[in-house]
Amino acid sequence: MLRLEARPAPSRLMQWCSPLLAAALTLLAGMAIFWALDKDPLEGLRYFLLNPVKDLYGVSELLLKATPLMLCAIGLAVGFRANVWNIGAEGQFMLGTAGASGVALYFAESDSALILPAMLFAGAAAGALWAAIPALLKTRFNANEILVSLMLVYVAQLFISWLVFGPWRDPMGFGFPQTAMFHDAALLPTLLDGTRLHLGFVFALAALAAGYVFMNRSYTGFKMRVAGEAAEAARYAGFSARRVVWIGLLTGGAAAGVAGMAEVAGPMGQLTDKVALGYGFAAIIVAFVGRLHAFGSLLASLLMALLFIGGEQAQQYMNLPSSISMVFQGLLLFFLLGSDVFIHYRLRLGRART
Amino acid sequence: MDASLFTSMLFATVVAGTPLIIVALGLLVSERAGVLNLGAEGMMAMGAVAAFAATHTTGNPWLGVLAGMGAGLAVALIFGVLTLTLQANQVASGLAVAIFGVGLSAFIGKPFESVALPAVPAIRIPFIADIPLIGEALYNQQALVYFSWALFWAVLWFLARSRAGLVLRAVGESPASAHAIGYPVIAIRYLAVLFGGAMAGIGGAFLSVFYTPMWVEGMVAGRGWIALALVVFATWRPLRVMIGAYLFGGVMITQLFIQGSGLQIDFPSQFLSSLPYWATIVVLVVISRNPNTIRLNSPASLGKPYRPDA
Repeated sequence: MLRLEARPAPSRLMQWCSPLLAAALTLLAGMAIFWALDKDPLEGLRYFLLNPVKDLYGVSELLLKATPLMLCAIGLAVGFRANVWNIGAEGQFMLGTAGASGVALYFAESDSALILPAMLFAGAAAGALWAAIPALLKTRFNANEILVSLMLVYVAQLFISWLVFGPWRDPMGFGFPQTAMFHDAALLPTLLDGTRLHLGFVFALAALAAGYVFMNRSYTGFKMRVAGEAAEAARYAGFSARRVVWIGLLTGGAAAGVAGMAEVAGPMGQLTDKVALGYGFAAIIVAFVGRLHAFGSLLASLLMALLFIGGEQAQQYMNLPSSISMVFQGLLLFFLLGSDVFIHYRLRLGRART
Repeated sequence: MDASLFTSMLFATVVAGTPLIIVALGLLVSERAGVLNLGAEGMMAMGAVAAFAATHTTGNPWLGVLAGMGAGLAVALIFGVLTLTLQANQVASGLAVAIFGVGLSAFIGKPFESVALPAVPAIRIPFIADIPLIGEALYNQQALVYFSWALFWAVLWFLARSRAGLVLRAVGESPASAHAIGYPVIAIRYLAVLFGGAMAGIGGAFLSVFYTPMWVEGMVAGRGWIALALVVFATWRPLRVMIGAYLFGGVMITQLFIQGSGLQIDFPSQFLSSLPYWATIVVLVVISRNPNTIRLNSPASLGKPYRPDA
């Protein structure tokens, strides 16, 4: 009989193999789903794994999709490491789009080079401001940050909807819920001619590098990790629990806000009521699959971006709803959490010793 | 306020509070056993879509409710395997259930997006439904409204009076002691999680088959999360869950009535629609403000994994 036996120490090998195992299991489950839907599993794989990266344009689209995921995920990882559960990145992302769009629309006449930095700042600040609400309520009133940050996602969605149906609606937009297109000075330059990949990707790489240095090389980052792994030890060492909450949430909010800015100033070019496509929630999965680590988050965002694009392809070519990508993303997280059991336990044959 | 407006607002409040009661009571039972399942939103979404699909196919809303319950059970079982058998982190697993359930429900529900179901007739309780003002609002309701009241009494009795309820609470307070006495901690927690899943599924079914008889992606609209907040607000007590759910129902309905009345001159409807979410936040703040309220009332092992042989 198979049974689980506790390992003397957590396995570092499994720590990194478990995401690979999870990805492989997701692949198998995906093929089973295609088969169950009467679609050719190999054709499904082609649309999910090969088609998106078959040429340079495909790769650029993959990196474009990965950009908001990387930004949101690295911000979340900083908090998750410290057991600060900000799950409202989706809302902070939306506030970031609103902050950046505000600057772009207000200075629509100007072509100053300062517009983009101002949009970046406004996006980050708006995201951080939205995350400051759960931080304040957690530190002052002990209110659960999971529920507060999540409630604020719904509020943010309604807020965006008010902006684009109300004061910011494009008067020439035939009544569609969207703002005017941004002028050139408010758009991020593209990195490669003929693609949509823009400067935001560089922001994302920079954020990953900064996240790595902060989490693995700085004293504050060390304190955050201690707070996450051994709260009692952190208290004994005199680390401020409140500061940990504030840093965790503000970093996550600002990073998600930057992601929002890069989205409206990048591929969207305007604010609409469908600006958030679930990147903030998907980033939770990215952060876990990436082991709350900068390099891991990079790989995990690419994988998740592949699933997003695969979903679009499946809709286009296989006549499946694009929400199939959410199913795969959820499965990926399930399999990861399940595989993680092998970090602390190993499988043994036979009965337990008594 | 004239009498008929009062009656219709009370009626709508009861209807809006009902899914919250059903879901929150299910969560309350699993939390009292020490398991924090943040996946309520996903379980409700799955319940809603399964119930809609079954009702649409068979024409029988009760088969729909059963299907919703089954879907909630199935998703809760995944959560149970992850957290109870494989010892995964409950917070992360709950988030996974929430994301997966919402995603899968959107996928399954795509073909049903533009169809509507016939409204299910209410069940009128003779005589007491004739009481002025409140009779029509309380006793001429959907069957699941009466179910939510029965569920309330059942959970109340189970937790406070029954031997099984005592064991369940012991498992939530101190799994190690419960195990030492010889109770199967993991099995009891499985049952509690499955009960929570079944109730979340029924709550979802109420939304898609009875409340607004149609399926729209994202129609659960945060009610699963609000139910989780309600359990905290209620300090893990069934009566307060009931009161809280109707308060929330009241907030939701009041903002709808204001939006529909044409009263607002310059107040955007989106801000009114966000009131229930703000109300959730305010309620959490009020109840959590005193750390002792949470510490003394929450089940001591809530959210902590337990392995009998570890």
